[in-house]
Amino acid sequence: MKFRLPFAPLVALRFLREGRMQTFLILAGTTGGVAVIVFLTQLISQLQNQIVDRVLGSQAHVVLRPLEEANRRAIDDQGFASIIEPRAQRLRSIDQWENIARLAGGMPGVTAVSPVVTGPAFAVRGQANKSVALMGVDAERYRRIVRMEEYMVAGRFAVEGTHTVIGTELAKDLGLRLDDKLRVAFPNGRDELLQVGGIFDIGNKDLNRRWVFVTLPLAQSLLDLPGGVSNLDVTVADIFEAQTVADRLRGATGLTVDSWMQTNAQLLAALRNQSVSNNLIRSFVVIIVALGIASVLVVSVVQKQKEIGILRAMGASRGMILQVFLIQGAVVGAVGSIFGSMLAFTLLNVFSAIYRNADGQPLFAAELEFRFILVAALVATLVGLLSALIPARRAAKMDPVQAIRS
Amino acid sequence: MTAVIELAGLRKAYNQGTPVETEVLHGIDLRLEEGEFAALIGPSGSGKSTLLNLIGLLERPTGGRLSVGGRDTARISEAELTALRGRSIGFVFQFHHLLPAFTALENVMMPTIIARGVADEEAEADALALLDAVGLKAHAYKKPAQLSGGQQQRVAIARALALRPRLILADEPTGNLDTHTADEIFALLRAFNRDSRCACLIVTHDPRLAARCDRIVRLVDGRIAEDRAVPSL
Ligand SMILES: Nc1ncnc2c1ncn2[C@@H]1O[C@H](COP(=O)(O)OP(=O)(O)O)[C@@H](O)[C@H]1O
Ligand SMILES: [Mg+2]
Repeated sequence: MKFRLPFAPLVALRFLREGRMQTFLILAGTTGGVAVIVFLTQLISQLQNQIVDRVLGSQAHVVLRPLEEANRRAIDDQGFASIIEPRAQRLRSIDQWENIARLAGGMPGVTAVSPVVTGPAFAVRGQANKSVALMGVDAERYRRIVRMEEYMVAGRFAVEGTHTVIGTELAKDLGLRLDDKLRVAFPNGRDELLQVGGIFDIGNKDLNRRWVFVTLPLAQSLLDLPGGVSNLDVTVADIFEAQTVADRLRGATGLTVDSWMQTNAQLLAALRNQSVSNNLIRSFVVIIVALGIASVLVVSVVQKQKEIGILRAMGASRGMILQVFLIQGAVVGAVGSIFGSMLAFTLLNVFSAIYRNADGQPLFAAELEFRFILVAALVATLVGLLSALIPARRAAKMDPVQAIRS
Repeated sequence: MTAVIELAGLRKAYNQGTPVETEVLHGIDLRLEEGEFAALIGPSGSGKSTLLNLIGLLERPTGGRLSVGGRDTARISEAELTALRGRSIGFVFQFHHLLPAFTALENVMMPTIIARGVADEEAEADALALLDAVGLKAHAYKKPAQLSGGQQQRVAIARALALRPRLILADEPTGNLDTHTADEIFALLRAFNRDSRCACLIVTHDPRLAARCDRIVRLVDGRIAEDRAVPSL
């Protein structure tokens, strides 16, 4: 059996097909509008994700510390957060940190908790002498805070005994390679000979120079913090819920609790402003596209006056005529969103091939989320439908006699 | 005999309530029986098209009574009027008013699509049969622009017949055709009138064609000046 369209879609599609040039222009406009919106939204959301990823690449989502300790984080002039730790006079431990770690781990939204012992030290090799931050961690647990294994350029991120994992800058400064020996000295007079078991590049020179990872027990004994930890690093499921989780943790533990959102407040504000201006642009584009669709359909209604009169004379109701023009708007929106998404995908690919990071990686991935295309298509169809409302009502109200007489 | 339409004192004024109010029809009494084939003649501007539009339920009268198929149309809603028009009246206009975006076949199917929402095999077969009857089966899949004026008017006649209406209203159906083609179109209408017993009211300027109708109604200045039967030959 042949597929037959019902009256309104049949006439709507035929009218669109008949008005070649108009349909082409209105479709081109809608396609361009959808492409701009999809491209811009995807680009900005990907860039924002990348910035956030980068910031969080070397940072815990939430950090718990003893109350008095006054660690600060700040944003350097590139907009990236780095840890500026004042030389602690005396390291303190979180009281009963095992209990608190367990409590934090059981909190909704928390996916990982890792104890960290950190304190200042000097890395010494021959004549060279560098100020570093000793990081005592359980490698297995710490990986769920900072994905160290992804940053390794030599060896593995695993510490045991007197093995250490250091950054590329420190390795370069001290001329260290895998399995080389490195002495660390402490203000309290202790020192220890470590063996380089891994070298990382975390994408931040400062951290590549400062971080020296060892086992938790070794750091505890070297920093005179037996059985204690200086902070608990926490990973949350939804990064933008980090503040909520931090507030909850502060309430439950009474400790100093900072989320990445607090420590990067300026960056977040900048991202938000970007989103606001993006929304503004999107709204304008939507309005312009809607006006375009509406104006072309208004002209089409006038041109189709005679046809509308004929259809009405043959028994088509006002409602049926209304539908014919509403469907035209919706179809233009829907088809425009398909072409627009395709155009946006092409643009994303072109731009991601042209614009690259310093390391040659694409600045953003040329990806389009299917869900997002679906939303864009729905919105475009709806906008088309609404834009057609005024022309469609004009068409429905038209006097059939006037149309037939002329 | 049952009346297909019945008009009593029907009036139509334009721009009512304004200084330029003009009454075009000043009380028309007319009754058209089933199967009747009547010509509506009269000088240009006498109100023939206006009368046809009123009878065709495209416009509402400003006075008097109008019944179509035995139903008084004064109190029925706009939507019902539209439905009644679609079901019981077939129009043929002077300028063949076909839908240019649709093929001849689709144009003939359109009243059915409007009435039922969607076409089916049966409607298509019937439309083809109608096109065959007006001698255009071979042109079924052509667009109106590909047809001559006479062919277009024949498609319009087939379309008017699609729902087998009780009444055909034709406003100068042969007005812009040559005499030979006009005769053919007229003969077609006559044939359908004979076969289906539908009433026909045909506006024409051609006295030759009017003389071949059963009855001639002459309109002058919005009044019926003459209404007489044509003696059959
Ligand atoms: N919408 C209208 N408004 C005002 N006057 C109209 C309108 N339609 C028709 N008329 C007038 O009604 C009169 C009759 O017109 P019409 O019915 O078209 O005559 P005919 O078909 O006999 O030539 C004419 O004088 C015309 O100007
Ligand atoms: Mg006329």
